[in-house]
Order: sequence, then structure tokens, then C-alpha cells
Amino acid sequence: MRVQGKQNIWKEYQKEIADDKYFYVRSCVRQNFFPGSEVTFLRILREVLGKNIFEHPCHTTCTGIGYHGDIVPFDTLMTIVARQFSLMTESGFENFVPSCITSFGIYTEVLDTWEHFPEAEEKVRNYLKKATGREFKIPGNLAHASDIIYKFRKEIAAKSKFKLINRNTGMPLKVVEHIGCHYAKMFPDKGVGGAEYPYVLTGMVEEWGGEVIDYPERRHCCGFGFRQYLVQANRGYSLACSYKKFESMAPYKPDIIITNCPGCPMFLDRWQYVINEMEGKKYGENGQGIPVFTYEEVAGLVLGYNPWDIGLQMHQISCEPVLDKIGIPYDIESKYKV
Amino acid sequence: MINFGYTLPSDRQIVYDKNNRETATFLRSKEPTFNSCIQCGTCTATCSAACFTDFNFRKLLLLVNRGETFEIIQELQKCMLCGKCLLVCPRNVNTRNILLNLRLYYAF
Repeated sequence: MRVQGKQNIWKEYQKEIADDKYFYVRSCVRQNFFPGSEVTFLRILREVLGKNIFEHPCHTTCTGIGYHGDIVPFDTLMTIVARQFSLMTESGFENFVPSCITSFGIYTEVLDTWEHFPEAEEKVRNYLKKATGREFKIPGNLAHASDIIYKFRKEIAAKSKFKLINRNTGMPLKVVEHIGCHYAKMFPDKGVGGAEYPYVLTGMVEEWGGEVIDYPERRHCCGFGFRQYLVQANRGYSLACSYKKFESMAPYKPDIIITNCPGCPMFLDRWQYVINEMEGKKYGENGQGIPVFTYEEVAGLVLGYNPWDIGLQMHQISCEPVLDKIGIPYDIESKYKV
Repeated sequence: MINFGYTLPSDRQIVYDKNNRETATFLRSKEPTFNSCIQCGTCTATCSAACFTDFNFRKLLLLVNRGETFEIIQELQKCMLCGKCLLVCPRNVNTRNILLNLRLYYAF
């Protein structure tokens, strides 16, 4: 069959995502922000999809925050990345799956550097050997955790107990999808849909019954930006980015925001409180904020998991209005019970 | 309000759809060389008024073009109409006529 037109163009925006046997590396900040997300991801892969996913207890941060904060030099970063790859190699895996978007960007950047500058790879192999005695193989496949959920979105939809549909009106929930900048803005061919039309979250939302909103500042950064957040006096720049996004999306009255990055849900969630304190503005319905979820949390909700098991009580903006809209049962008494 | 240790800076994006660009349209009709300006700043470098005030003709044209006309009226009063900018302009922009037309537009 001859593929032409949009189909032909769309082919260029696809990426290869491994089927099974994943080596999972967690995010360093995510486990503090929304600890339920990674647990839910592993639970879905193991219990619902029956995949082999392994995480090594000795893996560390990728140092992405230090690198983008101008503290960690690139050679150090490459050596630490090489160590993560060596853990994967010695565990017998070759499909590398980072949980964090910044880590995904870091691994992509390092692999791209080694592809163009093989001498840099040799140098790092030497550093790693001298420092730890380890060796490593380049991953056969590098996919972000959201790519995996995207790949199996239809299987999840088939086993779902709830749809992203407002049960009172019968209409799809209006969803703002926000992709982390380091997913495809640096290396467009490494993300599903590239930098301009990232489809990774849209694909999930559409498959699970929601409707994605296209608003003017859709591709704007959430404002995390490392340097602009790490220094307290500069946090206004970070806040201004989120403010710009909220002002832009507010007229479309979104029911929910879904993200695939550790920083984005944190900032889009917490900044709504700060904007309310500073400007007296609230962007959600009935004087509330817009709930912000990670894609794992949404997948968990769709599959009928208990909202408190997937960590929705950790959010600044209450998730109950969305749960009520979808019709997901929850016990408010046990929200903060350990 | 809680002191967070930072503030929410205002947006500096120039929204052409919202800004009033009538002044620029008026100037274009009265003095077509207005379109030739390349913002080199030679006019500002040679400006007599700039020796005594913060008058900046390059900035003035930039603001007119952007439709950010709220600062313009105070600026117009600073020019002494000496015409040195007219002599040095590499694009032959009739700067003095632009300024006279702006004064006419704002009626003083």
C-alpha cells in the first residue's frame, strides 16, 4: 500500500518503543512530589499488562537538575549515565525506561553526543572503568515511561472501568495535556509526534474518552526551568510562565490537566495556590483550581484503582470534583489515613 | 498576602492584536520614510536633546511601531527640532517630519 499525505508525514513523527523487558529508572524529585505515580506505573505494567519491568536498587539520580543548574559538569553527568547503563547491562536488560522527562532528555543527549563524538564515549568508558570497574552496553531502546503507557493505551482502555467522560452530561472531559519540555523539544525525533505535535498524552486522552483542548500557550513551558526555580528570588519567572499558561487555557474551561514530567504537575498544581494568594484568581469551576494529574494517575483512575492508593491526596488542588464528574467512588474519611 | 520571597512579574509580551497601532498607520500615510527605519540608532547617537534629557528617537519609533503609545506624549516634548538626526540617518528617514506629525496627531 502506498502511504501518502498526512500518513506519510506522520510516519516521521513515530518512534520505536520496546514491547517488553524494561529496565526502569526512577526520578529523584518525583518520589517526593507525587510518590504514587511511579508505584502505579509499575503496578499497571506488572499486573495489568503482564510485562517484565525491573528496577535496580543501586541506581542513582541522573544529575539532570545539577547539570541544568550549572553545578554538575557534562563529563561527570556522562559518567553517571554510563553507570546507570552498566547497571542495566549487568541486570541483563537492554530497554531503558526513565520515569523522568529530564532524565529522558539527559539520556538522549548523552547517547546523541556519543553517536557524533565516539571519542567522548571512549573517554567516559575509561572514567567508569577507573572509578568503578564497570562496563556497559548502549541501550537497544530508550523510551520514556509515558511512551510505554502510550504504546499500551488501547490495552488499558480495553480493561478500563471508567472513561474520561462527565457522567452528568455524557460529554468528554476537557483535558489540557502538557508535555515536559525535555521530552521532544531538544530531540524532536525521539518523541512520539515530535516537538510540534507531541501525541504521547493526546493519544492516551483520546483513547480513554477525553477531549484535548488546543489553546494558544499549549506548548509553553510550565516554568520549572531549574535555574529560574532553584534561586528563591527568581521563582517569579517560573510563576509567570505558569500564570501565562493558566490565563491562556482558562477560557476553554478545562476539567483536568494531565502531564508527563516530574516538574510540570508539581508547578501547575502548586502555583495555582500561589497565584490565588497573589492575584486572587482561581481557574477551575466553583471557585476551585484545575486538578493536575500525571498520566499514570489518570491511567490508574481509568483502571478503577482507589484514588488514595495512587496518591491523589498529595495534590494541592482537590481531585474530588473530577472523581465526582467521572463517577469514581472514593472514601473521603480515608483520604489521609496511612 | 503571604511573603513568598518572590513576586509575579508582569508579562512583557507585545500583543499586536491588542495594541492600538493607529499612530503607526497615521505616520505611514503622512511620512512614508517611516517604513525605511532599520533601528540603527544613529539618530539617537547624534541627538542634541539627548545630551540634556533621556530622549531616544529610536525608542520612540519602536514604541510607535509596537503600538505602545502611552509613553509617547511626554517624549515628544523633549525634541528641540534641531534636525541633526535628519542629516545623519543612513536610510534618509525624515525624522523631523515624523516628529512634527506625531505632535500634530497628539495635537500640541
